[in-house]
Amino acid sequence: MTRNLKTGLFSAVLLMLISYPILGLKLSVVGIRLQVEGASAETLWIIGGAALAILLWHLLLRDRLLGSGLAKAALPSLPEGFKHSMTLPHVQRWIMFGLLVIALVWPFFGTRAAVDIATLMLIYIMLGVGLNIVVGLAGLLDLGYVGFYAVGAYTYAMLAEYAGFGFWTALPIAGLTAATFGFLLGFPVLRLRGDYLAIVTLGFGEIIRIMLRNLTEYTGGPNGISVANENKPTLFGISFERRVPEGVQTLHDLLGTSYNSMYKVIFLYLIALLLVVLALFVINRLMRMPIGRAWEALREDEIACRALGLNPTTVKLSAFTIGASFAGFAGCFFAARQGLVTPESFTFIESAMILAIVVLGGMGSQLGIIFAAAVMVMLQEIRDFNEYRMLIFGLTMILMMIWRPQGLIPMQRPHLELKP
Amino acid sequence: MPDLYHYLQQLVNGLTVGSTYALIAIGYTMVYGIIGMINFAHGEVYMIGSYIAFIAITLLAMMGLDSLPLIMVCAFAASMIVTSAFGYSIERVAYRPLRGGNRLIPLISAIGMSIFLQNAVMLAQDSKEKAIANPLPGSFVFGESSMNGVVISYMQVLIFVVTFLAMLGLTLFISRSRLGRACRACAEDLKMANLLGINTNNIIALTFVIGAALAAVAAVLLGMQYGVINPYLGFLAGIKAFTAAVLGGIGSIPGAVLGGLVLGVAEAFGADIVGDQYKDVVAFGLLILVLLFRPTGILGRPEVEKV
Repeated sequence: MTRNLKTGLFSAVLLMLISYPILGLKLSVVGIRLQVEGASAETLWIIGGAALAILLWHLLLRDRLLGSGLAKAALPSLPEGFKHSMTLPHVQRWIMFGLLVIALVWPFFGTRAAVDIATLMLIYIMLGVGLNIVVGLAGLLDLGYVGFYAVGAYTYAMLAEYAGFGFWTALPIAGLTAATFGFLLGFPVLRLRGDYLAIVTLGFGEIIRIMLRNLTEYTGGPNGISVANENKPTLFGISFERRVPEGVQTLHDLLGTSYNSMYKVIFLYLIALLLVVLALFVINRLMRMPIGRAWEALREDEIACRALGLNPTTVKLSAFTIGASFAGFAGCFFAARQGLVTPESFTFIESAMILAIVVLGGMGSQLGIIFAAAVMVMLQEIRDFNEYRMLIFGLTMILMMIWRPQGLIPMQRPHLELKP
Repeated sequence: MPDLYHYLQQLVNGLTVGSTYALIAIGYTMVYGIIGMINFAHGEVYMIGSYIAFIAITLLAMMGLDSLPLIMVCAFAASMIVTSAFGYSIERVAYRPLRGGNRLIPLISAIGMSIFLQNAVMLAQDSKEKAIANPLPGSFVFGESSMNGVVISYMQVLIFVVTFLAMLGLTLFISRSRLGRACRACAEDLKMANLLGINTNNIIALTFVIGAALAAVAAVLLGMQYGVINPYLGFLAGIKAFTAAVLGGIGSIPGAVLGGLVLGVAEAFGADIVGDQYKDVVAFGLLILVLLFRPTGILGRPEVEKV
């Protein structure tokens, strides 16, 4: 009992010590001077209440709950059979197919805002599956993934600005450029151990952003580059924009109706869907090829891989390069949708969000990533919630690592088990 | 000799900033030395330390107390106590349940913690920059005049002195005290230390607390030197300090100090040559170069991977 009292008091004091100075005392600028303002009584009551709760928990409940194993059962859980079947590859394949059919049909009945959000969701799915190759399959923690995304976006924007390239010609070039950057960066750093790699890639992502901001003659500096209407995506030469230069056919001229921005939104959505489906297909195939098997083998045990004659550097490099190329495609599309690229779209927080999608979905699982990207983008779109969004991201990442490091919908390989 | 003065000035500035990098870097290096993980949230602890220091200084000013030693003592004490509590809680909540698994899992949890803390401070204190006046104005001038000579401000002298004292204290603690010996034993072999009756959980928590307290010292000093804080400054400071730790050889405390100083000087001269806006690129570039050519750092030992 005294031991419980001690830990309880210690936790309560600790809680007040970390919460009161930051939550209870607010620095605010009054005129030109700083002042400290006390928080509202409500905040103080919450802090006090939380401290009291933690004390009571240690005094009364902790031993009883943990002793009887109640704590484990307290977490909500799906029935075992259903959970198992959700993770099987062929079940996941059918779910994917169903999702695809729904995704193809609904935008024609949806509102403009909803289709726009869905397009954003597809961009994040694309980024998620690309990063999944690097983090989920090959087990390399890449915190600078947004750098390749930026490379893709700027490649398209700069090609359009200086050479007048259209979207469809710029798309493969953007992917290739991002892949080249991935290759050049990966070549030297992939010899490093996992956690060093994380920091180096983070540094690389920041270097790209700083360069984009400061090379004002080429990248437009902090103002970025906008993509002219005639270089936006077209369908076999038909433009979806309202105003285009002479000689370009637009959809509303062709149909003989007035301009309707809904067509453009749906068109962009369908391009994104096409890109995502292609990406999913290619990655699915890659996973079954020797190279994909090698990625996963390397993630599980690098030393064993070496002993079996795999060259870890080559295998990692291929994962890094292919992952980067998907970010390049996504970046190119992002630039086309946004019409403007600025360095501030590519901060570390963006990398963290993509990483959160991969982690939340279950590393290695594509269905999980689709699900996680949908949840993340929805959270972002709820207005009242926006302030707390990143706070909740951070918290979710910690809680997921503690309770479900394998993600919400993990992937299962076909395998046999010996029952003892 | 204007050129010589200019370079000497850069050297002094670089060493000042570098010594605070070193203080933050010690937190990374000690944690890495014992449990082999990068405490990504360490930079946020530094940021919180600077907020606490600003709150303490402003509170004292509002009460009308303006004696400099009192301000110093209060700012250091408040900041170190609160960040120590943060260091302990972070380890207890986000890292201890994950110990002993895949290396990436605690790292992701640490990134989550970093995002969480940054946004918590941003929501509680809003994201505007806060500024205070330098409590210790004035400077020594060597050479003919302040334009043609080397200027060392009192604040810089204070940074040197406090950093030196903090490092001296840490070195004595690690090499002489019983707990310090336990720390070294844990860094050598965690499992064996546990078998020999050292409470390794407490020692690991202790390294987090020490690291956080030193980060608070750096936060108070740099906060007063620059006079400006915002909720985002932890990210960059954390990366810089990590670079310093890797540069000196991660896991080694003298290495972290050396790395911090080298990084500070390299940054000062690099910014002088390629322009101030590329200062951070110099730091990141240095990190990449070191990892390429000498991944063990200047004073680090090569790590042997055991099966």
